[in-house]
Amino acid sequence: MASLRLPRLIRPSGRRLYSAAASPSSRLNLPIDYKSTPLLHHTSSTISESLELPGSATSKSMNLYQAINSALRTALSKSEKVMLFGEDVAFGGVFRCSMDLQTEFGSERVFNTPLTEQGIVGFAIGAAAQGMKPVAEIQFADYVFPAFDQIVNEAAKFRYREGATGVHAGGMVVRMPCGAVGHGALYHSQSPEALFAHVPGVQVVVPRSPSQAKGLLLSSIFESNNPVIFMEPKCLYRAAVEHVPNEYYTIPLSKAEILKPGNDVTLISYGQPLYLCSAAIAAAEKALGVSVELIDLRTIYPWDRQTVLDSVKKTGRAIVVHESMINYGVGAEVAATIQDQAFLRLEAPVKRVAGWSTHTGLQYEKFILPDVARIYDAIKQSIEY
Amino acid sequence: LSSQITPTMSAYLLRHISRNPRVLSRIPQRWSSSISQRPGSDRAIGADGEDTSSVRFPGAVNSKFTTDMAFINPSTTTNIPTYRVMDSDGVLLDKNRKPSGVSNEEILTWYKNMLTVSVMDVIMFEAQRQGRLSFYMVSAGEEGISVGSAAALTPDDVVFAQYRETGVFQQRGFTLKDFMSQLFANCHDNGRGRNMPVHYGSNYPRMHTISSPLATQIPQASGAAYALKLESLQNPDTPPRIVTCYFGEGAASEGDFHAGLNIAATRSCPVVFICRNNGYAISTPTLEQYRGDGIASRGIGYGIDTIRVDGNDIFAVYEAMREARRIALSDGGKPVLIEAMSYRVSHHSTSDDSFAYRARVEVEDWKRRDNPIIRLRKWLENEGLWDEDTERTTREQLRKEVLKEFGEAEREQKPPLREPLRACMRN
Repeated sequence: MASLRLPRLIRPSGRRLYSAAASPSSRLNLPIDYKSTPLLHHTSSTISESLELPGSATSKSMNLYQAINSALRTALSKSEKVMLFGEDVAFGGVFRCSMDLQTEFGSERVFNTPLTEQGIVGFAIGAAAQGMKPVAEIQFADYVFPAFDQIVNEAAKFRYREGATGVHAGGMVVRMPCGAVGHGALYHSQSPEALFAHVPGVQVVVPRSPSQAKGLLLSSIFESNNPVIFMEPKCLYRAAVEHVPNEYYTIPLSKAEILKPGNDVTLISYGQPLYLCSAAIAAAEKALGVSVELIDLRTIYPWDRQTVLDSVKKTGRAIVVHESMINYGVGAEVAATIQDQAFLRLEAPVKRVAGWSTHTGLQYEKFILPDVARIYDAIKQSIEY
Repeated sequence: LSSQITPTMSAYLLRHISRNPRVLSRIPQRWSSSISQRPGSDRAIGADGEDTSSVRFPGAVNSKFTTDMAFINPSTTTNIPTYRVMDSDGVLLDKNRKPSGVSNEEILTWYKNMLTVSVMDVIMFEAQRQGRLSFYMVSAGEEGISVGSAAALTPDDVVFAQYRETGVFQQRGFTLKDFMSQLFANCHDNGRGRNMPVHYGSNYPRMHTISSPLATQIPQASGAAYALKLESLQNPDTPPRIVTCYFGEGAASEGDFHAGLNIAATRSCPVVFICRNNGYAISTPTLEQYRGDGIASRGIGYGIDTIRVDGNDIFAVYEAMREARRIALSDGGKPVLIEAMSYRVSHHSTSDDSFAYRARVEVEDWKRRDNPIIRLRKWLENEGLWDEDTERTTREQLRKEVLKEFGEAEREQKPPLREPLRACMRN
């Protein structure tokens, strides 16, 4: 029998099995501690200052879905033109973002639609063209593709083709949960922001925190005259908790935010990966003695080139981090712009840390998406170049 | 929460929406999932011993049980009839009635509007052949659908069109100068020279600028109609308005047709969908487009009031549209579907030679035998309102007017060079 078993024993193993559990020796890829991250306002003391609100403003601690809910409630109260619809929004939404809103504002302004993404976005365009402010929900960003034609060929081009008639669909916002959650696999994990960023005529916004989400969503509804694609990182819906002002306030679109100043490397990201960046920066600054500047892009298109370029001209090094696929991703546009506009100041190639060029298979998510170790490593490589 | 809301109660509450938005919170919600199965409810026997029990499945509450396993075969059902008022000789089928309750003067403007479109079509088609404009699409054979339906609208109604509805623009006040400016993409073009020819648009009366992607306007029309409904609920002083949405039978195969009609029905939108069924989508005949009873049979499936009309009979189109508009505004708003039958006499566009896929004789037959313009002309002549001389002088006059605007538009300057970049985004 030994002779029969022998081939198996000597067969070179092409497979390396792995355990899904975190390694006890892991130093960098620890779970993100949202309770202590410096990116969230854990007390009300810093909030009015950073959001440029009056000191008298009151706030309440809430998570991301509650902040979205608060923004939608504020918007529905502020204007009768605001309407909210999509699949399952009436009972509160599958992520609870529209909780109680139908009861408060009526089934004429907050309602379920049939299950049709192209219908939802087409319906929103028509309502916006008539002067309403429709906030349409696509249940997952993964399911926005049936509406791609309506967004790209219709919403984005509406004002341009209408020309002198002055009619446009700028009042509309399309909200969609995006990004990985750990077990979303192929169709509950995607971040298609780069696809929309290739379309002139729409604005693409990704918030990173509850207070930011409320301010950016209210800006998208009331201060943008363009159709806005508003992508909400769904893994933050319950995880990210911070103080959010109770009143109406906005955060400007197309304006990046410097989250942490630094002198040696510029890290550019948006949405959930900012928390990974923050953890990687803490480790790198401690271990490598470097000073890293962290920029939240906030609006993906049209994006704030000036803030990024000013930072890179100061630090000489840049790394772009995002979840979606590296090829043709947001990082490609940012890196090419830096290369073009800050070439003589660069001391290292611009690096991109992003999802690998594949699909998010259920069991492989953590190997495909950027993690703290990969960001840390990119900082190290950039510094040592 | 389980109590059902009555229509009157709903209307009463909705009337108060602008004054007190919160009042709506008192509307009990209809939980469709709360329809429960009562014990024994599936065992009801009628007087004649027949099983009369109703299902309590939430997806079809009005259905009855049956022990007869019979598939519904579409080929055994009667096709939807085609409504007409006058025959192809321009004779009213019901001689006891005046057509449409419209004055003779108004009917004469319809005729002239159809004629204008027809005269312009011939000239512009030739102009494209001479390379003087890049593209053109005529609407020969379908002037009756667009002029007749637009005649039943008010200037406040909103139109979403496909591209073969020049008559709608003509009937609603678009001038020859407006048409020519768009076709030549000059500095007076509403579209600022950005769109292909025939992609007309107007703010008021609102006819949204035409976009090439087919059927995308259908769910948009539903959304716009819903906005009109909401506006009239919030501000009862606004005039009653509807949205009209035009598309061909080919476009009705797009997913957006399904999305648009379904969402219009579920949200009770005051929108009239008008399908121009002209037999062809470029080269594809209807036999390769669908196997059901045209487009009209689908309306019923969506729970939408539906009619099929003779599109070559402008009186039938007008009357159906006028009634559709009334229905659309009833019960707080509801959608209507009109399928207007016609024949695409012309090529699909200047980029198409239709004799590559259909017989010349078929086209000639339609041109000669039945045509919306000739049919109305026959009626006018029977009434003593029109004759050969008036026809000749009117055609000559229209030809002169079209050529005058043509020449002026062609010589006019193009829009400024900043236009290509301007207004793509608005900060």
